[in-house]
Amino acid sequence: MPVFYERKQLVTPGDLLAENDYLAGENTHKENGRIYATRVGLVNYEDKRVFVVALKSFYVPMVEDTVIGKVVEVTLGGWVVDIRAPYLAMLRASDALERPFKPQKDDLPSLFDAGDMLIAKIVAYDRTRDPLLTVLERGLGKITRGQIIEITPTKIPRVIGKQGSMISMLKQETGCQITIGQNGRILISGKSPEDERLAVMAIRKIEQEAHTTGLTDRVTEMLKKEKGEKEVVKNVTEET
Amino acid sequence: MSQKKPEKLIDENDVRLDGRKLNEMRPIKIEVGVLGNADGSAYIEQGKNKILAAVYGPKEVHPKHLALPDRAVLRCRYHMAPFSVEERKSPAPSRRELELSKVIRECLEPSIFTEYYPRTSIDLFIEVLQADGGTRCAGITVASVALADAGIPMRDLVNACAAGKVEGRLVLDLTDVEDKGGEADMPLAYMPSANAITLLQMDGMLTGEEFEQVVNLALDGCKQIGQIQKEALRSKYVVAKEAETEKEEAEAGEK
Repeated sequence: MPVFYERKQLVTPGDLLAENDYLAGENTHKENGRIYATRVGLVNYEDKRVFVVALKSFYVPMVEDTVIGKVVEVTLGGWVVDIRAPYLAMLRASDALERPFKPQKDDLPSLFDAGDMLIAKIVAYDRTRDPLLTVLERGLGKITRGQIIEITPTKIPRVIGKQGSMISMLKQETGCQITIGQNGRILISGKSPEDERLAVMAIRKIEQEAHTTGLTDRVTEMLKKEKGEKEVVKNVTEET
Repeated sequence: MSQKKPEKLIDENDVRLDGRKLNEMRPIKIEVGVLGNADGSAYIEQGKNKILAAVYGPKEVHPKHLALPDRAVLRCRYHMAPFSVEERKSPAPSRRELELSKVIRECLEPSIFTEYYPRTSIDLFIEVLQADGGTRCAGITVASVALADAGIPMRDLVNACAAGKVEGRLVLDLTDVEDKGGEADMPLAYMPSANAITLLQMDGMLTGEEFEQVVNLALDGCKQIGQIQKEALRSKYVVAKEAETEKEEAEAGEK
């Protein structure tokens, strides 16, 4: 009997998931031919691979990820950025200036100061060195408007949806610009606070019900209903 | 928690002061995710024991020289609130609390994949709000749940339970009075999937044979606690899931 759980069943650390022929995927570990869960999550079997989709986790940096970070310190040659990971990230001045950095001429705090929020991309990371960021690409740089909400990073794929179905629906229905940081921070900037409120509400719903099925349809429904109510209220006030 | 020592801790029908049988545990209730600011948290009530655990991390280590190049450091603080015992306890960490912090750290560390996140620290706080014997075991139990809640990768949940000897009888899960009036007390922590004991302490005297029986008794207790821990972790998410399926069923019914 090589498999001990049904697909999508909730498991906790130490639960025996499979034996022998299986491969240990995410959030599992193999010991003496037995595969155990290492996090609380939903188990899944794919061919010969066993993995657990964690329900709560923290962000682990990955090269090429877009993240939203907060500047915590301006140093002599760059910035220290908090990206909600176990490690603080470094942004070197040369990765923000598009030309060689001259310490005598360039004033770093005027570019980004402590407390500023940045959209950045991770260019280098391994566990022996802190992650290195860049802002020299389209769509990256300092955030000047909008609001940021934080969710658990494991739920980011749910907010994006299959081939981006969820996120494109959100953008369309709320009319907001939504930028997703893989580290669980999401930037929402819309034309009005009302649009932003709607988007925040939808994302909170996704976060809460991430482990359930048919979510995209339910969120669409909810957004349509909310918007419908607003329209009605608007019309009534216009009439009176 | 009255400190008047009763004449008999176990009556002639093998019933203990609080009405339990010899091999019966106190009722346990565990809640997960009770604190908003910590990365992971849990709360346990085991009889009259009330303990909170909070976890932060993994995060960068402060002060920096404590960081290890090959793994995360686990830092643990076991602390008893001044109001947790009959007579006010000084809030400063005592010798006993420092020792317990150390043994709890050492018994939880094998359950965590510290090597996944080198140069970081995982900070664990165990706050005893009300104590009635066996707080180190309840503290380990609840800390392990809090670590799992923080999303820290773990080999296993650590279950801990004490057993001992009172008035010549071997009993499970001693209360404060039983511990003080009894002959021996043995806290034990256990990782079930590896079948490994990560904490074993004892004070008092037992014969070789009794020792083995007490170990087995405590292991039985650990297994029961393991079930309760898993149940607690699951219930945090099952609530949302059940509400959802109910809704779906209702909708299907309408159609």
